[in-house]
Formats: sequence, structure tokens, C-alpha cells
Amino acid sequence: MRISVQREDFDLGAEVKAISGNPRIGAIASFVGLVRDVPMTLEHYPGMTERAIGKIVEEAKTRWQVMDCTVIHRYGTLKPNDQIVLVAVASGHRGDAFAACEFIMDYLKTRAPFWKKEQTPEGARWVEAKDVDDEAAERWRGFTQSRRIS
Amino acid sequence: MKIRVLYFASVREKLGKDAEEMDLPAGIATIAGLRSHLQARGGAWAEALADGRLLRTAVNQDMAQPAAAIKPGDEVAFFPPVTGG
Repeated sequence: MRISVQREDFDLGAEVKAISGNPRIGAIASFVGLVRDVPMTLEHYPGMTERAIGKIVEEAKTRWQVMDCTVIHRYGTLKPNDQIVLVAVASGHRGDAFAACEFIMDYLKTRAPFWKKEQTPEGARWVEAKDVDDEAAERWRGFTQSRRIS
Repeated sequence: MKIRVLYFASVREKLGKDAEEMDLPAGIATIAGLRSHLQARGGAWAEALADGRLLRTAVNQDMAQPAAAIKPGDEVAFFPPVTGG
């Protein structure tokens, strides 16, 4: 498991390769989030951020087979098309890898202490939290059945 | 009771402060109590921490509800709903 909150960019290929060594791994699902439309600055709560992501990953491990996992989230100043976040999950089969990856991403959006401030043509503004993100996290409540699709 | 209080994002900007050490008067033992105590400073404090404003709080780097207890030495944080990812 690797959790990193960093200013620097990351390399998806290298990160996937880094968690693919175990011969029992049959699937790696990954998600990369990009900056859309306008430049932004990401602020976070050092210490709590890593802790919150760690708890989300632990929660995913109780629900699905997670053989390895990497979560990277950037902070600082980012421009359109820059990579912001990476979640990569290694599992025996794709069902668990897909589900755990999406779960981690949905929970991260509502529980990890990051805040985006967009630099719009009209000036800087803090991004408002979206109900749709809460709903995306909420739909996992009680979802514990492991999907084994080979 | 001595605690450390942190402010993030729009809350930090409105208050013009990111952290402070506080010695809480006796009788303030929850996050809700601390929030009221800070509101009573008036001005930006009353506005940024107003009851109607949707805020999240954490105690010792775990999300916490308004009724959560505060102990000496705790780190308490106030911030808006998160927008990462």
C-alpha cells in the first residue's frame, strides 16, 4: 500500500508496474483525475489527509480483495489537463479491482481534506462541494458483497 | 484546557488565520461549544463560523460531529466540505 500527498506529478505506467509484481494478481484497475477547464490551487490538511486516505483504503480492504493499492493526490498549483489524483488497485480478479478503485475514489471525494480554489476569468473562487459526490459515496453504504468475476 | 485550533480553505481566508493555541474557559467541552465560543469574538468570526454555514470539523485529524468531546491537548480543525479528487 502506498499513499502519497505530493506536489509532484506521477507516472501511471510506473505506478501500475510497481503494484503488479505478485503472481497472484490478475487485475489492476486504475483511475486518474485531471484538472478540467481552469487553473486551480489545491490546499490540504497535512497529516489528516494521509490518515483519511489510509482509513478509506482499509475500509476497501474489508469489502473486497485488495492485494496492493496506490493512492497519489497532488496539491499546490495545477493547470488544465494536469493530473490531480491516481487510485490503482491490484486484485486477483477485475470485479474486486474495479469496485475497490471506484469506492476509494468516491470516498476520497467526500472524506479526504482537500479544497480546490479555481482561478476563473472573474477571479479566484473556492469550489463548492457537490451533492452528487455525497450521493456517490452514500451508495456504497452496506455494499460488502465481494464480486468475483474472472 | 489548552488546545490547538486549525482553520482551512475559505474559513482560513475569512478569519485571516490558519492556526492558534487556545486556553478554553471551563465549561467548553465539545466542538459545538468551541464553535459558539469562537463566534462570540464577533466580526469575521461570527460570519465565518455562523450556525447556518455548512462546516466540517475534525478532532485529532479524524472527522468529528458537533457533539464530539474535546480534551486537553487536542487538535481541532474547522473547514468547509471537502472538494478533492
